[in-house]
Amino acid sequence: MLHSIKQNWFVNVRGDVLSGLVVALALIPEAIAFSIIAGVDPRVGLYASFCIAVVIAFVGGRPAMISAATGAMALLMVTLVREHGLQYLLAATLLCGMLQIGAGYLRLGSLMRFVSRSVVTGFVNALAILIFLAQLPELTDVTWHVYAMTAAGLAIIYLFPYVPKIGRVIPSPLVCILAMTAVAIYFDLDIRTVGDMGELPDTLPIFLWPDVPLTFETLAIIFPYSAALAVVGLLESLMTATILDELTDTGSDKNRECKGQGVANIFSGLFGGMAGCAMIGQSVINVKSGGRTRLSTLIAGVVLLLLVVFLSDWVSLIPMAALVAVMIMVCIGTFSWDSIRNLRRYPLSTNIVMVVTVVVVVFTHNLAYGVLAGVLLAALFFANKIGHYLRIDSVLDASGEQRTYRVVGQVFFSSSEKFNSAFDFKEALSQVTIDLSQAHFWDITAVSALDKVVLKFRREGTEVEVQGLNQASATIVDRFGVHDKPEAVDNLVSH
Amino acid sequence: MTQVMACIDGSPLASAVCDCAAWASLRLRAPLTLLHVLDQQRYPLSGDLSGIIGLGSREFLLEELASLDEKRSKLALEEGRMVLDSAKQRAIEAGVAQPAVRQRHGGLVESLREIESDIRLLVIGKQGEGSDIQLIGSQLESVIRTMQRPVLITPATFHAPSSAMVAFDGSATTRKGVEMLASSPLLKGLPVHLVMVGSENAEGRAALEAARDLLTAAGFEVHVAMLADNVEASLNAYQAEHAIDLLVMGAYGHSRVRQFFVGSTTTNMLRSAATPLLLLR
Repeated sequence: MLHSIKQNWFVNVRGDVLSGLVVALALIPEAIAFSIIAGVDPRVGLYASFCIAVVIAFVGGRPAMISAATGAMALLMVTLVREHGLQYLLAATLLCGMLQIGAGYLRLGSLMRFVSRSVVTGFVNALAILIFLAQLPELTDVTWHVYAMTAAGLAIIYLFPYVPKIGRVIPSPLVCILAMTAVAIYFDLDIRTVGDMGELPDTLPIFLWPDVPLTFETLAIIFPYSAALAVVGLLESLMTATILDELTDTGSDKNRECKGQGVANIFSGLFGGMAGCAMIGQSVINVKSGGRTRLSTLIAGVVLLLLVVFLSDWVSLIPMAALVAVMIMVCIGTFSWDSIRNLRRYPLSTNIVMVVTVVVVVFTHNLAYGVLAGVLLAALFFANKIGHYLRIDSVLDASGEQRTYRVVGQVFFSSSEKFNSAFDFKEALSQVTIDLSQAHFWDITAVSALDKVVLKFRREGTEVEVQGLNQASATIVDRFGVHDKPEAVDNLVSH
Repeated sequence: MTQVMACIDGSPLASAVCDCAAWASLRLRAPLTLLHVLDQQRYPLSGDLSGIIGLGSREFLLEELASLDEKRSKLALEEGRMVLDSAKQRAIEAGVAQPAVRQRHGGLVESLREIESDIRLLVIGKQGEGSDIQLIGSQLESVIRTMQRPVLITPATFHAPSSAMVAFDGSATTRKGVEMLASSPLLKGLPVHLVMVGSENAEGRAALEAARDLLTAAGFEVHVAMLADNVEASLNAYQAEHAIDLLVMGAYGHSRVRQFFVGSTTTNMLRSAATPLLLLR
């Protein structure tokens, strides 16, 4: 056990501490920005980020993944906060955590395998677009100072790493924020700052039970939000876990991650934070900066809180323009630019799935709908493609009395029409043999199609022999088929 | 449970491990396998703490990490091959007919656990790669704790032992160990010193005599001694006095929790011993 603790926490201390610091610094602007998206005080997002990061460091299933308050989740809670207020958000966060724990115990994490790569790509692209759109209010109806500062901030973020020596040691988003704050204070610019957006934390988070009536009405209000939060949180977390698995060539426990996300959200809700999940961008930053174990996540959470609690006076002076610049960097980093390049290379169906996912998300502002649409579409395309794998040919024997149909491929709902139309019932024959030894019957649609074919032949007075149903097909035909039961013809006629 | 498994790495001790394993293999008439494990230790990237994610940073990062890993793995694979080849050569020169070589990916401990059923005796060096400052290798204790097989630990130079000392405490482990020794050809023909540390009592004396009889019956030349308290110091003194060059003892009889508070005799002996150490689980 001691060994596994060491393995999980202390094999890469230097890298983890440094990357944890970088992530903590990068988390501050994001947590504030996401609180503003959700319409709550920056305090809520900062407490959430602290609670989630610290708790998930212990209970999560994917070491080195960073979880905190996220844009995907914040976008889902906008209407809840606007219509019912913060307390209902905290209650929804608690319920979301419980749902996620339930999902973990039901092993829903393994359902991720139905989410195809193009849906994942669509998800991250949509996420990037939504985060970008959420920045637009800060960039409309403002003085030219704000545009200038945002542009300068972006320039600092992307150009500072090229400065020799210090460029790669000091996180450039931090430099951007410091520089922009200094400029705003020096020129005494009248622009919006973080302090204008709401309360910042001045104490450690304290335990508080959400102040909502424990009635069915409350449940009816929060449940739809909690369910959406739970789904989106798990989706983003599991996708991020997969991305990190690939990057670090190590494995993760997806079901433990589901439960861990739930536990983390419950803690967040009880300590006055909003719901959160894994962050793709931050996790990539963490790995890029050398983080590999749970220690990096823990350090990120703890340092975040210390910085914010002790520096809250300074944090309130940060101009929003600097935050917007950081968020634009996050969008650019989250968006999968490869997917645009690949549009020409990939098959049309894949592209349609990706684009539909993006479009649905951008229109509904709900990532869950987008993923649902994408998964459904991908499944339909898949069924359609597999349906093509059906070939039926036939030979007439020398006497002209008997024909053998040979069926090769998959017979199921999407290909049963094709199956039916391949038989010629008008041909006058005494004997028909249907050779199914290389076919597979998947569902009751396929079985009833075979039934119809057999019965139609019989009505024409043709003997039918079905050959070589393989074992898997045989069971489903036995259970649902009618043609080998005596009352078959009556049944068919009565329909 | 047939092979003498020697853990070979790039450390200066590899040749001693090889000699020691060859000696054990010849005495046990068991085939020798030289094992090299490619540990997937991950190193952070070249200190990029800039905290930015730009265009396609995920895809780019994946490529970068993969190519780094690839280079590292290739080098490690090649290096391991060379280490194994020279060890094989050395084993053949020492008289082992056909030493086998195995190379595996993964951590040392987990790799050994996977192939544990093949192992009759595990031979490992006292120090690992790049641990000049440490007295004992960083993975040694985990290896010993994981293995359910005898482990022979060799210092930087190995001479075929001419006498052996069994640290006997009357516990079930050491009694079983003595039985194993009696039935094994490993130490046949060497004089064996059966040493017990602790205050004189009838029970201990009886166990000691039973052990002596067992070894004598198996044809060993046995010397018996009872030593005063303070296990390590008196064992070391006795060993020096009689010029004994192989120490046999039970290993890690206590839990890690106890070890944390009072320390472990095994670890202390490992640290102070200058001779090969045969640990029986």
